[in-house]
Amino acid sequence: MDKKIRVLVAKPGLDGHDRGAKVVARALRDAGMEVIYTGLRQTPDQIVATAIQEDVDAIAMSILSGAHGYLFPRVMELLAERGVDDILVIGGGIIPEEDIPALKECGIAEIFGPGTLTSDTVRFIRENVKK
Amino acid sequence: MAELQKEDLKIAHSRWRGVTYTKVVSKFPERKARFEGSSGIEVEPLYTPFDTENTDYLENIGYPGEFPFTRGVQPTMYRGRFWTMRQYAGFATAEESNRRYKYLLDQGQTGLSVAFDLPTQIGYDSDNALSLGEVGKVGVAIDSLADMEILFGGIPLDKVSTSMTINAPASVLLAMYIAVAEKQGVTADQLDGTIQNDILKEYAARGTYIFPPKPSMRLITNIFEYCSKSVPKWNTISISGYHIREAGATAVQEVAFTLADGIAYVQAAVDAGLAVDDFAPRLSFFFNAHNDLFEEVAKFRAARRLWAKVMRDRFGAKNPKSMMLRFHTQTAGCTLTAQQPDNNVVRVAMQALAAVLGGTQSLHTNSRDEALALPSQDSVRIALRTQQIIAYESGVADTVDPMAGSYYVESLTDKIEAAAAGYIKRIDEMGGAAAAIERGFIQNEIEESAYKYQMELESSDRVVVGLNKFQITEAPPKGLLKVDPAVGEQQRAKLAALRGRRDGAAVGVALDALRQAASGSDNLMPYIIDAVKAYATLGEICDTLRGVFGEYKPQAAY
Repeated sequence: MDKKIRVLVAKPGLDGHDRGAKVVARALRDAGMEVIYTGLRQTPDQIVATAIQEDVDAIAMSILSGAHGYLFPRVMELLAERGVDDILVIGGGIIPEEDIPALKECGIAEIFGPGTLTSDTVRFIRENVKK
Repeated sequence: MAELQKEDLKIAHSRWRGVTYTKVVSKFPERKARFEGSSGIEVEPLYTPFDTENTDYLENIGYPGEFPFTRGVQPTMYRGRFWTMRQYAGFATAEESNRRYKYLLDQGQTGLSVAFDLPTQIGYDSDNALSLGEVGKVGVAIDSLADMEILFGGIPLDKVSTSMTINAPASVLLAMYIAVAEKQGVTADQLDGTIQNDILKEYAARGTYIFPPKPSMRLITNIFEYCSKSVPKWNTISISGYHIREAGATAVQEVAFTLADGIAYVQAAVDAGLAVDDFAPRLSFFFNAHNDLFEEVAKFRAARRLWAKVMRDRFGAKNPKSMMLRFHTQTAGCTLTAQQPDNNVVRVAMQALAAVLGGTQSLHTNSRDEALALPSQDSVRIALRTQQIIAYESGVADTVDPMAGSYYVESLTDKIEAAAAGYIKRIDEMGGAAAAIERGFIQNEIEESAYKYQMELESSDRVVVGLNKFQITEAPPKGLLKVDPAVGEQQRAKLAALRGRRDGAAVGVALDALRQAASGSDNLMPYIIDAVKAYATLGEICDTLRGVFGEYKPQAAY
């Protein structure tokens, strides 16, 4: 039997709006993945530490406070510092189109904006996990 | 209705249903097998006098300005004056937000509504490590009284009413507001406005908490008590269903969970020894206006009636003002789409109409670009104009509660009230709202509804125009508001300068006194006001309280 895909769903920063994160977490579970949801107010350090400890295949982060420009790249930096390059990282939330190129530049594989279908997120993770 | 006439109507009704309607449906089936609102209440093809025949008009509908306030809390409603048009705004620094407020007041806005950034909402100074990336983003950064002085510079606080969306550190921001007013020569008894100050919905739906429930409830009842004596016109809490709805709740759940939270606050204050009629007239509410026009109107009417009964029958309130549910409304941010953002102007107009038909006391209309970024100045103006068009052009404000007597709306009002009362009973059995939140009941109910909504969207059972139907290919939007990343740096520099020039010894004395008071049972407001006036920072004050109260840790998610 195939190993189940493990995904860390995380809310970086101080924002408490977690409707999107929770809906995505549940949809991923319904799609047969193992999901770890961190809860609110995770620092980039905590997210990276949990991802490594839980040996996840993917990290899905959600932000709508506008802090993505700092927090997403910080997670990528910390992953690089720890020598991790086999975790697929995706992001979602209220993220202006013009910010997306810079986020992809630093290694976020895809950004899912408002109105994304959870089935698209599921498919993307299935097709792009690295290990 | 005379008996004979009623008989005739009944015969006509069963003929219509059995023959006229059935004949057409058998040939041309309806669009859906079952029509229902967000709460799963079935919508019938037609409503007739039979749907409201058991209603006792005086007991359940009554007259505006009188119990049970179903038709509104004031006898004249908008014939006297329109609702307060209050756009929620604030971003970046106090200087920039102050400019936006002056612009909005010039455009005819009649009250201010302050958005604070997340560090401020959680009681961290801008130079805290956890504040990195967040300073000035979703609202204005306030570190100390010095920032508040700039925020309200040139704005006469005896003339405008100010609503502040602040919860866990509400006591600190209220203290700063009182201190700024004093410097303007405005006394606390002249101040008019609202602090949100609703911690239970933070644990249940929004996540911006600091302290555990018990000390949080103490801070809230301290504010009730302090204001009832010193800031009598201040709305001491805005019990908020808005965020509960945004997190995914249905209309019924919004009413039920909000009123259950309200009951918990009233109970806490009564338990602390306050007389219900001393503080209850200053309680206010905050609701969402979602898409389903009639369900929303009925929701507001049901909430008013249910609260009036709770206050009279459960808490023995005598003053009619204690039984009035007065509320602010905001249109539903979660219904706005990033796709074809101009469509949001239309959604907001209909939601605002529902709020006005439902009898709101003040209204915030969302801006069309909010699913993309913070609203630009042009978008905020259109949103405000939407309210002005409803007020001045549509005529809906010319008579009180124009939807009353609609067979459909009255029937829906009854059903929403009954369903919400059922939820409140279940929550009572669990030991009240705080206990229901602690065991995750309210959060789970909201999550279920959010997931159901999303699945309906994905299966196209629920159509969102421009999102899952009538899509077009679009170019990325232009002109979005962007907060300058330099704001964090500026704010940290301002804070360092403040720490350098203030009287450090006085700050220490004030914070020590606050620490001692927090360990005892004194009302904390006077101590917080002293600390604020000494220019202790928000972070220092909250850290002092964290030292005594500890921090709230939610159960591990999964």
